[in-house]
Amino acid sequence: MRRDSTAVGGRFLLAAFAAVLLAVAPLTRSDPRADTPAAIKVSIGFVHEALSEPPPLSLVEPVATDKGLAGARLAITEDNTTGRFLGQQYELKDVTVPAGGDLAGAVKSLIAGGTSLIVADLSAKRLLEIADLPEAKQAVILNTAAEDDELRTQDCRPNVFHIIPSRAMKADALAQYLTVKRWQRWVLVSGTGEGDKAFAAAIRRAAKRFGDKILAERNYTYTAGSRRTDTGEAQIQKQMIELTQRLPDYNIMIVADEGQVFGDYLPYRTWDARLVAGTQGLVPTAWHRSMEQWGATQVQHRFTAATKRWMLERDYTAWAGVRAFGEAVTRSGKTDPQAIRAYMLSDQFELGAFKGVALSFRRWDQQLRQPILLSSPLMLVSVSPQDGFLHPGTNLDTLGYDAPETKCNLNP
Amino acid sequence: MSPRRLILLPLVALAVAGLAGAAQAYTAYVSNEKDNTISVVDLDKMQMVKSIPVGERPRGILLSKDKKYLYICNGDADHIEVIDLDTLQSVRTLDSGPDPELFALDRDGNKLYIANEDNAMVTVIDLKDGTTAMQIPVGVEPEGMAVSPDDKILVATSETTSMAHFIDLKTLQVIGSVLVDSRPRFAAFTPDGKYVLVSSEIGGTVAVIDMATRKIVKKIGFAIPGVDKPTIQAVGINITADGKTAFVALGPANRIAVVDLTNFEVKKYLLVGQRVWHADFTPDGKYLVTANGNSNDISIIDVDALKVIKSVPVGQLPWGVVIR
Repeated sequence: MRRDSTAVGGRFLLAAFAAVLLAVAPLTRSDPRADTPAAIKVSIGFVHEALSEPPPLSLVEPVATDKGLAGARLAITEDNTTGRFLGQQYELKDVTVPAGGDLAGAVKSLIAGGTSLIVADLSAKRLLEIADLPEAKQAVILNTAAEDDELRTQDCRPNVFHIIPSRAMKADALAQYLTVKRWQRWVLVSGTGEGDKAFAAAIRRAAKRFGDKILAERNYTYTAGSRRTDTGEAQIQKQMIELTQRLPDYNIMIVADEGQVFGDYLPYRTWDARLVAGTQGLVPTAWHRSMEQWGATQVQHRFTAATKRWMLERDYTAWAGVRAFGEAVTRSGKTDPQAIRAYMLSDQFELGAFKGVALSFRRWDQQLRQPILLSSPLMLVSVSPQDGFLHPGTNLDTLGYDAPETKCNLNP
Repeated sequence: MSPRRLILLPLVALAVAGLAGAAQAYTAYVSNEKDNTISVVDLDKMQMVKSIPVGERPRGILLSKDKKYLYICNGDADHIEVIDLDTLQSVRTLDSGPDPELFALDRDGNKLYIANEDNAMVTVIDLKDGTTAMQIPVGVEPEGMAVSPDDKILVATSETTSMAHFIDLKTLQVIGSVLVDSRPRFAAFTPDGKYVLVSSEIGGTVAVIDMATRKIVKKIGFAIPGVDKPTIQAVGINITADGKTAFVALGPANRIAVVDLTNFEVKKYLLVGQRVWHADFTPDGKYLVTANGNSNDISIIDVDALKVIKSVPVGQLPWGVVIR
């Protein structure tokens, strides 16, 4: 019943019922909120720049307009459910600036208003802009959107933690799986965007790390056109053949197309009959709508009930960021940003985030260590790290830049 | 065949004969989360004798106090299914609220306390007329449920909130909450009612909470040589009738930890099937049967010898088990 599309509708009805129950709950005698005054107030800022994003190539996919924010909102309600038993009250301050707008000014006034716990749904450049503000020196900023490896290898900041996995972590997660499968002869096809190039670089690094071979590389240079064109598929088919013919004998095609210009056109259209992985096809990601393991079904249900759409990766990272703050406040009993920072870096910190293991921060670059999902469009395929990839600390550190590989040494 | 196997075989044969020699034929009922069935296992023959189709995603499973009925939480069907154990037929469903996962019966077997994972509620059902008596708001994702031996306190654990909530069964109010390690899955009282043990899946620990003070007096940790620490996750807890020993299922570590409750120390780890979550004793207390999700089987443990004597294949993704 839950497996067809109507099930989602059923869920919404149910959720609406649940929401009514919750709304009524404060009136009932048994509600503990009545007896526990809120002793601790915690304010968390959600900072976002309203950039225009490329729409998905497929018209089947709905375009979410509140990526990240929706996840942060869900986590705040969860922090409050926990908080009501402890006399803690959480609020989310949504700070959205227009593209190219005065981000620094907005963050300064957020901090001046007493909100120094910040979830940042920003590009790497904009993230560093606010992290380097003198006013933000004592703040704690959780990066939930920028995957740039440079933020973990050279541009580290003591006041910035990374919730979203880096490109290197994702590429390593994919490479481990392909290595286990012995699909070790790759062809890499990249777009021309900065993100595409960065992802391709992470793929090259992963190939070297795990002994995989990139036999050839191709670049996709066609300009993006309208998504909706009559009989457009004829041209696409021709383009993809031109892009992928006369290649050496390879196992799998890796695509680097973060800009979503052509990647979804590759499956079934390659010259040779080969699978596609990378930014499209089999995708390494922090979160996927098909994820149901380790209690994930519950958070998926809560999210779809609240938003009428699927939880996307940036919703998950924003959710995890707000939950990480909540966890640190709940466990330490403190709200002072420096106490929160210290707790998040301590051995005591463990975030349950539907990944089957406790998540914690790497001390050298303050990256959240986490299993990475490998998903096809409709199905969870595997979870990395794969069996047999060992690390003297935790096997989760086989993904991404390990301590000896980075210039960052934030907390020696 | 290795010499080691040759030695083991007669031992297993003896053990099997021992269980078959029990005065009463015991039957295990196993909920299989993936294929939506209950496996009926004859513990004399040590084999599955029947598979009962039930609603979607059966997980929590309980026997009625008179042992005539089986209650099953069908999470994706949003109800509790009741099976008559004489006929092995489904006789009714109870409206449980959304996504029931685990539940507990009161001492007299008249009330059912159900954890609704989806909406942070504990639902109380009156079994006489099947009506919902009350819904109690608790933390996010309630799961573990246990009623104190004196029938006065219900402990509900909430996974995302990471708390054990203490609910007064007279007033149905939350009278206290104790923060435990990440993702508490299960609660079990010692027979004397002095302590409640709460397992944390992600934390990988069992908190021992003193009922008089509602404070954690001991946190039991687990360490197995050669097993990656994050895979050691505490889930199901079964305590022997004499209150001296607890068996803790360690999930993906594929082991049951044997804990001495006189000093709360782990005295042994028993290798069972993969991703072991819940277990139950035979009524004579001589055997413990564990449901192993990822290997689609149950393991039978000799409680006195602390040895795993047999594994029996059941349905897909076995989750919980009860024995009568």
